Amino acid sequence: MNLALAPETLARWQFGITTVYHFLFVPLTISLSAITAGFETAWVRTSKEKYFHATKFWGKLFLINIAMGVVTGIVQEFQFGMNWSDYSRFVGDVFGAPLAMEALIAFFFESTFIGLWIFGWDKLPKKLHCACIWIVSIGTILSAYFILAANSWMQHPVGYTIDPHTHKARLDSIWAVLTQNTTQVQMLHTMTASFLTGAAFVVGIASFHLWKAKRKQAAGEPTDAKKIGVMRSSLRTGLVLAVIFGLGTAISGDTLGKVMFEQQPMKMAAAEALWDTQAPAPFSVFAIGDVAKGHNSVELSIPGLLSFLSHSNFHQAVPGINNVAKMEAAKAAIDLPLARHDGNPKDYIPNIFVTFWGFRLMIGFGMSSFVAGLIGLWTTRRRHWLAPEHRTGDEEVPRLMLTPNREMSTFFTKWSWRISLLTMGFPLIANSFGWIFTEMGRQPWVVYGLMKTRSAVSPGVSQAEVIISMSVFTVLYAILAVVEVRLMARYAKAGPNVEEQPPAEDPRFGGPYGGAGGTVSEESGKPMAFAY
Amino acid sequence: MHLHDVWFVLIAVVWTGYFFLEGFDFGIGILTKLLARDETERRILINTIGPVWDGNEVWLLTAGGATFAAFPDWYATLFSGFYLPLLLILVCLIVRGVAFEYRAKRDDERWKRNWEHAIFWASLLPAFLWGVAFANIVRGVPIDAAKNFTGSVLDLLNPYALLGGVVTLVLFTFHGSVFAALKTLGEIRARARSLAAVLGLVTTGVASVFLLWTQVHSGNGRSLGALVLAIAALVLAVVFNRLGREGWAFTYSGVTIAAVVAMLFLALFPDVMPSTTDPAWSLTVSNASSSPYTLTIMTWVAGFMTPVVLVYQAWTYWVFRRRIGAHHIPGTH
Repeated sequence: MNLALAPETLARWQFGITTVYHFLFVPLTISLSAITAGFETAWVRTSKEKYFHATKFWGKLFLINIAMGVVTGIVQEFQFGMNWSDYSRFVGDVFGAPLAMEALIAFFFESTFIGLWIFGWDKLPKKLHCACIWIVSIGTILSAYFILAANSWMQHPVGYTIDPHTHKARLDSIWAVLTQNTTQVQMLHTMTASFLTGAAFVVGIASFHLWKAKRKQAAGEPTDAKKIGVMRSSLRTGLVLAVIFGLGTAISGDTLGKVMFEQQPMKMAAAEALWDTQAPAPFSVFAIGDVAKGHNSVELSIPGLLSFLSHSNFHQAVPGINNVAKMEAAKAAIDLPLARHDGNPKDYIPNIFVTFWGFRLMIGFGMSSFVAGLIGLWTTRRRHWLAPEHRTGDEEVPRLMLTPNREMSTFFTKWSWRISLLTMGFPLIANSFGWIFTEMGRQPWVVYGLMKTRSAVSPGVSQAEVIISMSVFTVLYAILAVVEVRLMARYAKAGPNVEEQPPAEDPRFGGPYGGAGGTVSEESGKPMAFAY
Repeated sequence: MHLHDVWFVLIAVVWTGYFFLEGFDFGIGILTKLLARDETERRILINTIGPVWDGNEVWLLTAGGATFAAFPDWYATLFSGFYLPLLLILVCLIVRGVAFEYRAKRDDERWKRNWEHAIFWASLLPAFLWGVAFANIVRGVPIDAAKNFTGSVLDLLNPYALLGGVVTLVLFTFHGSVFAALKTLGEIRARARSLAAVLGLVTTGVASVFLLWTQVHSGNGRSLGALVLAIAALVLAVVFNRLGREGWAFTYSGVTIAAVVAMLFLALFPDVMPSTTDPAWSLTVSNASSSPYTLTIMTWVAGFMTPVVLVYQAWTYWVFRRRIGAHHIPGTH
């Protein structure tokens, strides 16, 4: 059979497309729900109108985003059974549990309380309404935790035995699966990266509005001080989050790397295109590999750095691709009597081009956002750190200040605003490459050391069926991407609706639509605060 | 009673929850074209399920996840076997969810019309296809010794399964119109009631034929009890709807759905997917289930979380218990 159209290849492409696409929405959902919740809390506590408008504005973008996250998540729940039925049979005893917990514990939370939040503006007291979005936020984080525990088990299976009769994985300790260090570190890395994603998103949109206001001012056109106030608070919030979580992403990423050196040496050797074991091992900045011969033809590297990244010292050996491949081939031949395993070391090497560059692009894009946040945080810093003549009010566009007395030149100011808009999507790209790297770097395994990807596909599903479903999802997702990006851009551009008044009194619990009206008759009541 | 029997019951409960709740969501989606006469009426209908449809749909994800955890082989065989119908259902659920959320986000006639077509078709097709799927599960499909489905999509389109599809379609539409009568105000409420009266009779007719066919083909003593309950509840729903007792009518249309699901599962037990190739190759509660350890863990989780979920979902319905009329729809007067 043509290898490009082999069911395994097709099923992998479909999983890759649907999962990377789904994960464009996930980190934004996780972070924007918390950011919206933060603004609503600020509003409930201070009653400042700008926080109300910020809540409404970011909340709206959050809702446009979560709609896509929810519906593309449905596919994920069923895809294992559809395309990977042998995988489902083999791991179901272990892998199904976190998935079921995710639905029972996290999805119900998210979906029920998001409905209360969307429609509850005039039906719930402020504090209760605010609690709803926090519950949504907690739900998104719990959901990430369960699915990452499941994924971590694929990276580093623990708490199981292989049943001698059925030859399937059997769960021995759910605790081990839910708390192993792979789960913890993956969780930390994914969460920090998700918040970096939301932070960059907020910074980008706030910069767009502030820079537009600045240009309007320069042209002598009227600007809306309230809008600028909302965006200024958003910008600062976004920058602070970008710095905190950018740093967090780097630290957790480093920790995850160390865990991976220990648990999946092949993945990390592939990430570095380190063909042969070296001590001390260099960090490769750039390499062009020759897979057939098993070495790099061109390479630029920093001596000792890889040893440091993997073992925290500059001299220890890091195992190379060829060495690990030999080891894995020998081990697999003995360990796994289950059919279709072979002893050729070449079959244990993942796609080096994808892992090497995926790893670099992940770090490059992610860290660019962090650096952009750091610079932004400095140049827009607090007023009392600036000379009085450069201070700007809460409802003014901040000047970009290098030192207390020195403003950036016009050229750099212009580019600073533009760059924060341009780097808005960088963490999304970094996230995608991160997942592509970690999943491709595990190949040929679907469950590391236990089951190969090609043994995991559904034997009963025809090539035609997979082609149909992959095409349908690709086309549907492409159309929806256009729809959602245009809708998002439309609402992002429009900015907050600063005309909207926060509810005058606290809405009565479960009262009629339209707020705190005195009558309770069904025929009465004002229009709903929100309606589809 | 083994834990895998408990989980068979729990899976049936989750599917009951799903069809009870998303049943009226599908019905409402279908009624946007069948019942609503203008933009305001369409919006009234959509907003009756606005705050809850998403939470209702999670019952499906729970059914999927719980089947995966408790009966991995059932999950694997069912979803790889019913590949194309499930694909169509997933596409519909994706489009439908986005449609609810995005329809009102632009004030553009064409934009809204397109999403309304999406809501109608993406409600109608799953309402039909779930019936086809469950009828096929009960009827049995070709399954080999390795537990893999060996038939084609055409095997799934047999008369019995198609009738099953019609039953869920009209039953959910009936359930939806009873729900609409319960949750709306004004003229649309009266029309929802008269439509429910017609749909109730049609449903009684097709459901009786389908359930009797099921009883004859794969029934037993217990499933006969559920059959009688289903028909009795359906008749009561029709009667209460005629009397204008909307709450009771909705209760009984819900009981009908529960009884139909119960009957299908009782007819199935102890199989979960009978094989028409060789009965020895059927998937059963014991040969398709997880280990006792996993089932124990999941029993604790489900035992603790299900009541919690029921409480807060019920609370949501209570918060949004009021009827919606034209004067509640913003921007129409």
